[in-house]
Amino acid sequence: MFIRKAPDLRYSEITPKSLYLRRREFLQTAAGAAIGAAAVAAASPFAASVAAQQKPQGTVHGAKLANVKKSPLSTTGEKLTPFDDVTSYNNFYEYGPYKEDPKENAWRLKPRPWTIQVDGYAEKKGTFGFDEFTQPYALEERVYRMRCVEAWSMVIPWVGIPLKDIIATYKPTSQAKYVEFVTAFNPAQMPGQSTRMLPWPYVEGLRMDEAMNPLAILAVGLYEETLPNQDGAPIRLVVPWKYGFKGVKSISKIRFVDYQPKNTWQVMTPNEYGFFANVNPAVDHPRWSQASERRIGEFFRRKTLPFNGYADQVASLYAGMDPKKLY
Amino acid sequence: MKKPVVVLKRGIFIAALIPAAVLVYYAVQGDLTANPIEFITHFTGDWAIRFLVITLAVTPIRRVTGWNQIIQLRRMLGLFAFFYATLHFLTWFVLDWFFDFRQMAEDIGKRPFITLGMATFVMLLALAVTSTQGSVRRLGKRWTQLHRLIYVAACTALLHFWLARKTVVPQFQVVLVAAVVLLGFRAWWTLRTRTRAQARASIAH
Repeated sequence: MFIRKAPDLRYSEITPKSLYLRRREFLQTAAGAAIGAAAVAAASPFAASVAAQQKPQGTVHGAKLANVKKSPLSTTGEKLTPFDDVTSYNNFYEYGPYKEDPKENAWRLKPRPWTIQVDGYAEKKGTFGFDEFTQPYALEERVYRMRCVEAWSMVIPWVGIPLKDIIATYKPTSQAKYVEFVTAFNPAQMPGQSTRMLPWPYVEGLRMDEAMNPLAILAVGLYEETLPNQDGAPIRLVVPWKYGFKGVKSISKIRFVDYQPKNTWQVMTPNEYGFFANVNPAVDHPRWSQASERRIGEFFRRKTLPFNGYADQVASLYAGMDPKKLY
Repeated sequence: MKKPVVVLKRGIFIAALIPAAVLVYYAVQGDLTANPIEFITHFTGDWAIRFLVITLAVTPIRRVTGWNQIIQLRRMLGLFAFFYATLHFLTWFVLDWFFDFRQMAEDIGKRPFITLGMATFVMLLALAVTSTQGSVRRLGKRWTQLHRLIYVAACTALLHFWLARKTVVPQFQVVLVAAVVLLGFRAWWTLRTRTRAQARASIAH
């Protein structure tokens, strides 16, 4: 009897070479999902996709920044959090929900060429290249405590530009009451943006007087190097008296507006995250205490300070306001 | 020649210890991320809830395949869920709060996700303590009733996981889908058995 035998392997079933060569990366991704992974891996944009770029191995250091002057506004008497911790433990949902995701995935971002669009109630508006935007100012090193809303903290030597100096350049009009910052939107480089984890792009904002406070900076580096991608390259906001989520990363738009911006986490969970997000040990997050924090690298918790220890410089901004509403 | 289920049981026993071994390996390598306590908390919690879900799968697999011997794996899998839940609890108790009883008591009272986690652990503790053959004999019918707590524990564990994170993480989606499928199967099976019994009863009349 003649039994027709189908070929063992059809051409359509042969794995393309490009995929085959990336099988380890695929396996790593798949292993991470472990049990019942198939369903998630298939839907996950973090699973292997055929990208043109190659992922660099090991710790990536940015270019050394020249002529960085030390600022008297730096926090003193604190031990710096090591570079490796600052660059491997990040909340940056554009690259995935887990702390180790940004370091793993942020190599996809191309921080140059980069443009920043300035818009809204200002005399000077337009779209500016990164160099044009940052070159007029001297870079300063600012050592600041960074307190995450999740009750951990770091001490980071940022390199940046006082936000008030940048704002002065664009001459906001009297109608400008708030500044709104928007992260770049580019799902090809920021794979998390093709999920619905958060509403994209990420938005943050400051009241004008907060933005003009000398402590607020736009950071372009840390440890005297250009900002690593996972920390928000090429330019990000740093407001040390507020919870870390106010520090919007990879900024591509700055708008002077007359309304209080709807910042992303507030939109996401309004009863848990507000607009002001001032560090306050007396006002708990609905799900956990804010009274103490764990400094990265330390075993014991330490007490959280009002305004993250910067009350002398910023408390007057909130005179007469109910601190319970400043979460 | 040993019975296949005995061989399988030994294999699973060793496999179930791999996550703990991996954690020790990470610790020795100094590879517990910048925030080791958080990492250990999530790692042990993830495995506790996975084993809880795996335990829930035993009876449905038995019903679907008709392989009754698989029931011999159920206690061991349940105890592994308890094992990882204990590590998870101890991480919180020792590493996170370092015996700060006042703070922990306040957290249990004030924060629903801690309350739910604690409740889950107490339920699993009760199940683990009564998991011996002696308890099965002594408690009789009540043992079956008591061990239905696993369904409650699975639900509180999932709620605890969901409330502990800022957003819905993929890990959560996986265990949620698995738990819903398995608990749904139970509900469907119970309903079916009951309606059939009723049908049979009415025929007999």
